[in-house]
Amino acid sequence: MNKDTVMEPNAMQLPSERIVERSDLYSIKSSTVRTPDETPLPTRVKAREVSVFYGAKQALFDVSIDVPERAVTAFIGPSGCGKSTFLRCLNRMNDTIEGCRVTGRIELDGADVYDPQLDVVELRARVGMVFQKPNPFPKSIFENVAYGPRIHGLARNKTELEEIVVGSLKKASLFEEVKDRLHEPGTGLSGGQQQRLCIARAIAVSPEVILMDEPCSALDPIATAKIEELIDELRANYTIVIVTHSMQQAARVSQRTAFFHLGILVEEGPTETIFTGPREKRTQDYITGRFG
Amino acid sequence: MGEHIVSSFDDELKQIDRLIRDMAERASAMVSSATRSLLGSDAALAQRVISDDALMDASQRELDERAITLIAKRQPMAQDLRAVVAAIRMAADLERIGDLAKNIAKRVGAVGEAGAPRGLSHSIDAMAQMVIAQIEAVIEYYVARNAEALVELRADDEKIDIQYTAVFRELLTYMMEDPRNITPCTHLLFCAKNLERIGDHVTNIAENAYYVVTGAQLPLNRPKLDETGMTVSAGES
Repeated sequence: MNKDTVMEPNAMQLPSERIVERSDLYSIKSSTVRTPDETPLPTRVKAREVSVFYGAKQALFDVSIDVPERAVTAFIGPSGCGKSTFLRCLNRMNDTIEGCRVTGRIELDGADVYDPQLDVVELRARVGMVFQKPNPFPKSIFENVAYGPRIHGLARNKTELEEIVVGSLKKASLFEEVKDRLHEPGTGLSGGQQQRLCIARAIAVSPEVILMDEPCSALDPIATAKIEELIDELRANYTIVIVTHSMQQAARVSQRTAFFHLGILVEEGPTETIFTGPREKRTQDYITGRFG
Repeated sequence: MGEHIVSSFDDELKQIDRLIRDMAERASAMVSSATRSLLGSDAALAQRVISDDALMDASQRELDERAITLIAKRQPMAQDLRAVVAAIRMAADLERIGDLAKNIAKRVGAVGEAGAPRGLSHSIDAMAQMVIAQIEAVIEYYVARNAEALVELRADDEKIDIQYTAVFRELLTYMMEDPRNITPCTHLLFCAKNLERIGDHVTNIAENAYYVVTGAQLPLNRPKLDETGMTVSAGES
């Protein structure tokens, strides 16, 4: 578990920075309006002054945030506000983009995510991701879920692998619907089922954090409701971060909400505070539909 | 406050606001007419108050329907959500004020031709003026989004409670003086009680208006000064 102690590497630097850490400030540069939870949950992912550049263009400016474990954190904001960019920093998906540079510090359980020694493949198993469009492999339902555990060597034999696959499909609330056709192609499922298959695939490698980038935007309301119900169930065991364009969805599924605008984290706080009484005018304008 | 991207959303919010203002205007007029009709034995005026109450009920229904439709259509957030939810509550309080005014007007026949004793009439009239001023002020501050004034206004309800206690004592004196006063004085007592209750509804409206403006709830413990309970036990001992 990550705790701010004097042993933390940051705390060994300049005295002024140590004071900042101790008083639990996020950053000297940060202008983010923050409303803490009444009983804060332990932090799973910690970001400090994260900036992202695409070539010469800066897309994200000094974002600092604590993502609590066993909770859903929603990122909202208009298109191009940096919320997806920031999400992709959390499992280093930005590494795959040419000319993308990330500065600042992101920690998962206190360990630097951008440590050059770190195995990125292993990181992405710990920080799983679900995308906007369901993207099952062109393989069977079973193989879609078995793929991750197999390459990560999580199962010692066939029986164990089957247990993992069935368990993951059950956790993703998909098993009952597909149990008779596990060896049929995953691409033959409906959109909502495909998305749950992708969630099962992410769960199969026992991640700690699940990142979801607009997981319901390609789904109908019923499939969306099923995913939302699933997110609520998964919250008991995982740390979930979801990017969504639907404000109602953020209000329904998340416990904390962070509002991004023009690459800046404007406000973050308990979801009910953000949607009933936001403190920052830009947040208010955006969620009430007054943004020009 | 900026305008919504969808301008018909603004129109719908404005209509709800308009209805609240109309209802408040009607409520204060009804309280004023009801008290005057009772103190001056004006049966025609009393009748008008009674028919106005039907309009009040209709306005409340219209507001509820508009508010619910707006929630369904727009899923309002933040201050918009607060405004719509508070409008539903405020309309309910205003509708209750209408009911209480009607109840005062209905007593016109019962108090009798002679009307209320002059001294008493003065104290009840003073109480009514305080209540009317509160109704008018609460809507004014709500429209002006003046949170501080709303807090003060809420505290001012105490003055109405004090006036009610004074009227209560005065009525007891009249009734003890001459048993023939008991019937009219009992009706006047109900009238005073209704005015006091209207003050409480205004307090509720102030609390809801404060919530709309600030997003925070006012603390629960408002000072309460209704001493009539003590007066009764003092009289009995």
